[in-house]
Amino acid sequence: MSIEAKAVEAVPGAMPEGTDIVLSVRGLKKYYPIESGMLRRVTGHVKAVDDVSFDLARGEVLALVGESGCGKTTLGRSIIRAINPTGGTATLRIDGEAVDLAHADRQTLRRLRRHMNMVFQDPFSSLSPRMSVRDIIGEPLRAQGVPAAEIAKKVEEIAQMCGLNPAHLSRYPNAFSGGQRQRVCIARALVTNPVLIVADEPVSALDVSIQAQILNLLQKLQRELNLSFLFVAHDLSVVEHIADRVAVMYVGKIIELADTEDLYRRPRHPYTEALMSAVPKPDPDRDDETIILGGEVASPANPPSGCYFHPRCRYAQEICKTSAPALRQVDARHWAACHFAEELALSGVGEIDAQTDGEL
Amino acid sequence: MGDELQNDATTKPLIEVKNLKVVLPLIEGNLTASDGVSFTIGEGKTLGLVGESGCGKTITAQSLLKIAPRKAITTGEILLHYADRPPVNVVSLGHDDPELLKIRGGEAAMIFQEPMTSFSPVHTIGNQLLETIYLHRTRDKAKAREIAIATLQKVGIPAPADALKKYPHHLSGGMRQRAMIAMALASQPRLLIADEPTTALDVTVQAQVLRLMRDLQRDAGMAILYISHDLGVIARMADEVAVMYMGSIVEHAAVRDLFRAPKHPYTKGLMASVPRIGKKSGEPLQSIKGNVPIPINKPRACGFFPRCPAAMPGICDKAVPPLVDVDAGHRAACFLHPQVMAAANLPPLATEAGHVH
Repeated sequence: MSIEAKAVEAVPGAMPEGTDIVLSVRGLKKYYPIESGMLRRVTGHVKAVDDVSFDLARGEVLALVGESGCGKTTLGRSIIRAINPTGGTATLRIDGEAVDLAHADRQTLRRLRRHMNMVFQDPFSSLSPRMSVRDIIGEPLRAQGVPAAEIAKKVEEIAQMCGLNPAHLSRYPNAFSGGQRQRVCIARALVTNPVLIVADEPVSALDVSIQAQILNLLQKLQRELNLSFLFVAHDLSVVEHIADRVAVMYVGKIIELADTEDLYRRPRHPYTEALMSAVPKPDPDRDDETIILGGEVASPANPPSGCYFHPRCRYAQEICKTSAPALRQVDARHWAACHFAEELALSGVGEIDAQTDGEL
Repeated sequence: MGDELQNDATTKPLIEVKNLKVVLPLIEGNLTASDGVSFTIGEGKTLGLVGESGCGKTITAQSLLKIAPRKAITTGEILLHYADRPPVNVVSLGHDDPELLKIRGGEAAMIFQEPMTSFSPVHTIGNQLLETIYLHRTRDKAKAREIAIATLQKVGIPAPADALKKYPHHLSGGMRQRAMIAMALASQPRLLIADEPTTALDVTVQAQVLRLMRDLQRDAGMAILYISHDLGVIARMADEVAVMYMGSIVEHAAVRDLFRAPKHPYTKGLMASVPRIGKKSGEPLQSIKGNVPIPINKPRACGFFPRCPAAMPGICDKAVPPLVDVDAGHRAACFLHPQVMAAANLPPLATEAGHVH
């Protein structure tokens, strides 16, 4: 037991052996150089994603949450090689082979593209206005060299699954509303039967009444097709609804990772607590219970010393200013990067009512 | 119920909108952005205006300052009340009427969703702030500077004297929105129109800005028209809420009444379709079928009819439901309520209102 337990402990967020893992991310980094002066010398780095590790099981929905600039989008894009990561590995396990996407060459990537796809935030800018919806959805298959007759059949099938009327497929995207366009984006992402979908804020740009339709659709498809989802989002109520596990990011690092219910009920990192408390609740009687954080999200170009969160943390002590806490296991299936994860009794949602109003 | 409604004797009305209609003539037809909207905001009160994109909430707010697109045809009345003189009807003012210039940025100020696009990028924060102060407060340079610094301090901008010299792109999103609020407050407005002011901000920063706006309102006693699509933000900010759909207010009530007992199927659908934090059920969300329609050449019928789960063919698609009291101080425009049927001179329904769900 001891060796196995150690191995699990060594990599934060790693799943126990025997789990059907689709994606293993280990020490993934994406640094952008800061250049200055006439000679454009590199004077520093923006550590957009800094040493991130986790596993994603088959059929699992893992949400990456955090505020703007925390690196959640960059992480999602680095994994599927929409951008090239600076270091680390992202291993995709598919059809009995394991390929490190971070170091895969163009040919290998091209071959693997059909197994992983992305859904973007803005359905208005992610569809070509000059292609019919039928061509848009079929494009990934054409790129794979699938015969035309087969494409046509597959496109209709997937369009129907996504709630699009097959009679409307010859129309252009401008004839569709935001919600329908997002359905087109989802159909395009699913047409190649992928195992991994990276969905980057797929419902943020939609109206409230449409958001629910698209969330329900994503959930239905995820379950029916047993897809693995990396769900990048900032809306914690949406994430709670759809995710099995949640990774909270702050300035390029995962600071907490746990099963959704566990994380929402009993957060172990003060940032997670504040983030959940800041969500405005549609209930006029629960208004003044918010924990108001002072200051703003630290800049990844010039992060604070020690724990990146310490200048805003109401529990911060001396050690937090000097020593950066590592992401470590604090409970079964629960990792947190806080020196005091065990000592602090943080409030999750539902029990925060009892807490008095704290301000820094 | 309804005890918080502002039509009581204690709050004086600050602005009264009566049967406001804004029509945009387009090539495709007439777009009725605002279709007979009426509401009153009392002094120091907050009215939340909720709705989805294209429901007309922004154009209604713009009409209060007469900054809606010029080709828009506006009818109805917008009365701004004064303590010492008769009310002014904003609709009837000319575009360069000096009275209008005093109202814009003076009596009523507006803050927008994206502070980056509403500031001029080539002028310093100080320049833009001082412009408002010169226009509405004082011509004295030293005094204006004092006011500017005090206002920036009030909205929580650190080192306000330095901030005056900065350009908008020097500030972060949250700080820029604070500067925007400072600019709106510099003229000591009686009405603040806030159009999705925190939508572009992160949640932790949004919490700061919401707290700030509430504190400022308490100190300055100004009224706020708060526009948002986010029911959570509205619940936190508003005294009263008006829900808009296709250019019309479909429900209007005190904030607690509206959230506890919504009376219009659209409001109910909106509330059911938002996932609530801490309430994971594992069930699919309830959603409203169909899409948000564009009110071009609107039929004379209930705008929500095609999407409504409780629609009654033969009634809802034949007449426009008027917005009337269905409970004390709780107005709704839906034929499921006998009061609405009566107000439209229709015979009462055979089935009970709540029966059809």
